[in-house]
Amino acid sequence: MITVEELKKIRENTLKKMDLKLHKLQEEILDKEGALNKKLILICGGPGCHSSNVEEMKARFEKRILEKGLIHVEVSIAGCFGLCESGPNIEVYPEGIFYSRVKMDDIDEIVDKHLCENVVVERLLNEGAIESGKIKHVSQVNFYNKQKKIALRNCGIIDYNDIKEYIALDGYQALAKAITEMTQEEVINMVKDSNLRGRGGAGFPTGRKWETAFKYDADQKYVICNADEGDPGAFMDRSILEGDPHSVLEGMALCGYAIGAEQGYIYIRAEYPVAVERLKIAIKQAKEMGLLGRNILGTDFSFDIELRLGAGAFVCGEGTALMESIEGRRGMPRPKVERTAHKGLWGKPTIINNVETFANVPPILLKGADWFRSIGTEDSSGTKVFALGGKVKNTGLVEVPMGTTLREIIFDIGGGIEKDRKFKAVQTGGPSGGCIPEEYLDTPVDFGSLSKIGSIMGSGGMIVLDESDCMVDIARFFLDFTVDESCGKCVPCREGTKRMLEILERITAGEGRAEDLDRLESLAEIITSGSLCGLGQTAANPVISTLKYFRDEYEAHIYDKRCPAGACQALLEFYITDKCIGCTKCARSCPVSAIRGKVKERHVIDTEKCIKCGACMEVCPVGAVIKR
Amino acid sequence: MKFNFNWEGNRNKIQKLMDFMKENRSKKGILMMALHETQDLFGYIPLEIMELISKELKTPLSEIYGVATFYSQFSLVPKGENVIGVCLGTACYVKGGQDILAKLEELLAIKEGQTTPDGKFSIDATRCLGACGLAPVMMINNKIYGKLTLDKVEEIINSYR
Amino acid sequence: MREVNVVIDGKRVTVPEGYFIIQAAREVGIDIPALCYDPNLEVVGACRLCLVEIEGSRKLQTACSTKVRDGMVIHTESDRVVSSRKEILQLLLDNHPNDCLTCQKAGECLLQEYAYRYDVKFREHYGARRPSYVDTTSPYILKDDSKCILCGKCVRTCSQVQDRRVLSFGGRGFDTRIVIDADFNFDKSSCVSCNRCVTVCPVGALVDKRLLNKGRSWEYHKREVKCKVCEYGCSFEILSKDGRNVAVRAKEANGGRPLCLKGRLTTEFLYVDDPDKPYIKGEEGFIEATWKDALGLKDLLDKLLAHEEEEMGVEYNG
Repeated sequence: MITVEELKKIRENTLKKMDLKLHKLQEEILDKEGALNKKLILICGGPGCHSSNVEEMKARFEKRILEKGLIHVEVSIAGCFGLCESGPNIEVYPEGIFYSRVKMDDIDEIVDKHLCENVVVERLLNEGAIESGKIKHVSQVNFYNKQKKIALRNCGIIDYNDIKEYIALDGYQALAKAITEMTQEEVINMVKDSNLRGRGGAGFPTGRKWETAFKYDADQKYVICNADEGDPGAFMDRSILEGDPHSVLEGMALCGYAIGAEQGYIYIRAEYPVAVERLKIAIKQAKEMGLLGRNILGTDFSFDIELRLGAGAFVCGEGTALMESIEGRRGMPRPKVERTAHKGLWGKPTIINNVETFANVPPILLKGADWFRSIGTEDSSGTKVFALGGKVKNTGLVEVPMGTTLREIIFDIGGGIEKDRKFKAVQTGGPSGGCIPEEYLDTPVDFGSLSKIGSIMGSGGMIVLDESDCMVDIARFFLDFTVDESCGKCVPCREGTKRMLEILERITAGEGRAEDLDRLESLAEIITSGSLCGLGQTAANPVISTLKYFRDEYEAHIYDKRCPAGACQALLEFYITDKCIGCTKCARSCPVSAIRGKVKERHVIDTEKCIKCGACMEVCPVGAVIKR
Repeated sequence: MKFNFNWEGNRNKIQKLMDFMKENRSKKGILMMALHETQDLFGYIPLEIMELISKELKTPLSEIYGVATFYSQFSLVPKGENVIGVCLGTACYVKGGQDILAKLEELLAIKEGQTTPDGKFSIDATRCLGACGLAPVMMINNKIYGKLTLDKVEEIINSYR
Repeated sequence: MREVNVVIDGKRVTVPEGYFIIQAAREVGIDIPALCYDPNLEVVGACRLCLVEIEGSRKLQTACSTKVRDGMVIHTESDRVVSSRKEILQLLLDNHPNDCLTCQKAGECLLQEYAYRYDVKFREHYGARRPSYVDTTSPYILKDDSKCILCGKCVRTCSQVQDRRVLSFGGRGFDTRIVIDADFNFDKSSCVSCNRCVTVCPVGALVDKRLLNKGRSWEYHKREVKCKVCEYGCSFEILSKDGRNVAVRAKEANGGRPLCLKGRLTTEFLYVDDPDKPYIKGEEGFIEATWKDALGLKDLLDKLLAHEEEEMGVEYNG
């Protein structure tokens, strides 16, 4: 077991070895002795890039480096760089060159040219790293320079499998400070003063929650980290867990100290095997060092953490359902007779926070509440991590100060809409959130502002939709999800969402009826006001928000039997334009002989007969067949 | 569907499961963990094993069945040798995840949730795999394939045949 | 114990702290409709029918799971509350067979009662319905999944007896069903036919099979008796029609009383004029049995009779 002194020593020693990595932060090259020869190749091990075999890439680098007889070159894998769109991503330090879409066969070239000859391999540079012929340092790339990293502070820098690197960057210093210099109340007050609000969606003030559990007397209390990130289109928590697992462990230990708990659980989705593996390693290392377990840093404080795996039930993101699941039962939410901060897991006071919330705690403890409050807005302090996805150019992970506008996130950081199509809406908050139209793009993002315009912050999924996305179909997609994931306990959610989905399916199939919109609205009302848990109470949001902002699309489906976005197959019509050269290919490929026409003359589709299979469109050599 | 459970052939796996339960007996709420272990060992959750767990953990069979059928990752029927999970998270959906699923169903001539007659493949539509930056994606046995196109899917499947 | 004052629909009532709103309302004769609530069972808040309006609270709250607080002003039949109840009942009816005409439960069905009370009707729709699976394998209990509203009372009452816990929810969401063991039928299950589940089912999903076609609920004259088999003294109801005792059924198993098949059969044999044949569970399901066997009296009776014969020379051929 180590002492506070030893912790400091580890920090200093490791820091020395990490100077190259840290230049990344300082954005300039310090001309230390030998620094010019020393190079660091950092490979992104994030969820997106990891699927591209980073371990093999690392081995390939090392092999070539050895062949070339290079010394002073270190190859290291770090957590998610954020810019998944252009993965696999690689950075070379100290110069901060940002290579993207690096294939296995490109590796030798990077070693031979960049490392041996000091020539940048331009063709592999990230698009954002070149501007008017000049090569930018990675930190100056547009995707990064508007971001502010707190929760992701170490992601993409440290080696997630090495606790020492975490310690080097102030890791476990907050815990040391809290348990040796602060009282429980002081910790709670600092979190309260920081105005940190739960990053899982609802935005409940974290400090107040902790205080409730602290004040409740019990022989046993629990801390739970909700890592059941189930929102489709969200991978913030996954990236933190994989890129910087110790920040979550330290946050949980701080919570344990504050409320007086000795046992923590991380409830994590089984769909994240990589995160599970890295957490196991992190917990083991922390225990070996005495930063978890009995008498941490030689104090009276003991805290242990156990992993519990989910098994594919979105509703387990709901606090009480999650507790049921940890207890080994069906994840059905309990009615809130008592607060979970009083009676939670196994009937004991329990604090449940999500991954990002815990990751924010150590910096708050170290830098103070005022520092944290100076970032973000009055309503919501600090930053928020978003998983930017859908029809945006730079899909990936971004962390921005609260109050950044949607436009800045989507257009400045995200680089705008893919294929230069027209922006239609942005969906935030997953199945519990809503679709925000263009007129609100300048809304500063925080908890309050998003709920005012009919969506929610949610856990941070942000899916950009363009003109080719049908809003009725998007609502249908989310309802389909909710119906599948409803636990089936309470009537409004179990029966109501199913009926809602049936209506949406009917509308997108071109069989909508005049009364459907009223029915959707009354269903939305009872599902929202009558459901037992958060899943049900927010299940109608995708429908409510699209009905509010895109009602004309619903009406077009119902009354004109037309899908304005051209997405709903049943409502499409195939049509042959005058581009047709009369090659007869389409007529021959049509399985139902719906196409007539003479050779070298324009062909015509009999829409009565057409089954909309799209075969004609596929075979047409001149693109004359269109959907309309 | 009825499967005959091979007690003799599964002796080692059963022993592993029993050891797991004995090892973790002091932990609270281990039913979920035991079911995960079962799913990993046998590829599904056989009725016979549920009965075994019931005895070992002194938990009613009804409760075990209730838990096993609540979570979508637990399966009561055997899965294929290669389990393909097609992500239908939002990001993948707007980028054509549904078409990828349709292509797979066409290629393997089975529907989502089914296993090929030779037991080689099964297809599941899964929840968000958290690799949205690579949408559309699928996962075959824990390996992720991203930025899929219909042609790529065929190529990948062929490499498993 | 501390007491709190609340106002429910204009009526002032003083109740002990810790009471749920639904309990407080019953004190002043206000019946808040509820399908999943049962004072003997754990609160689950599933049916949402007991939603009420509390002044100062934006959201409607369930009366079964919200505790009274001093000074609370509660409205149990406000427009907002009533319209919510109508919607919920409509959702339930949309997924319930329209066969009240012939349903054994007619007249005693809570769903029927509430639908009538709030004027909600069956209607045509093309959406999905619960699959109609009927388990007819038990001579004592008939389970009809299509009528189930998933209130879960059966599961909760079954799990109150340690060595039973035969029922559970299976599946998830719209497809949730009540299952026996690992989705077995009654005949191959570990169910002991105690009928606890039948006594709490608010609808016709679990009914006493020995009552089928014996009469309609409104035709019966009912009389309560205590079972004499053991010291628990569970309650049963003797149902008579046209002056004849036609059936016996178990009453709710409250106060820790377990209910059991032996008690039920004994009571039936004692009171019913022409009782149906008893059945006992064998390896391959239920088989017809003699009353002697069914009541577990064979050894006892044989010995008793032999004894009487010996003592008093009574001849007996049975």
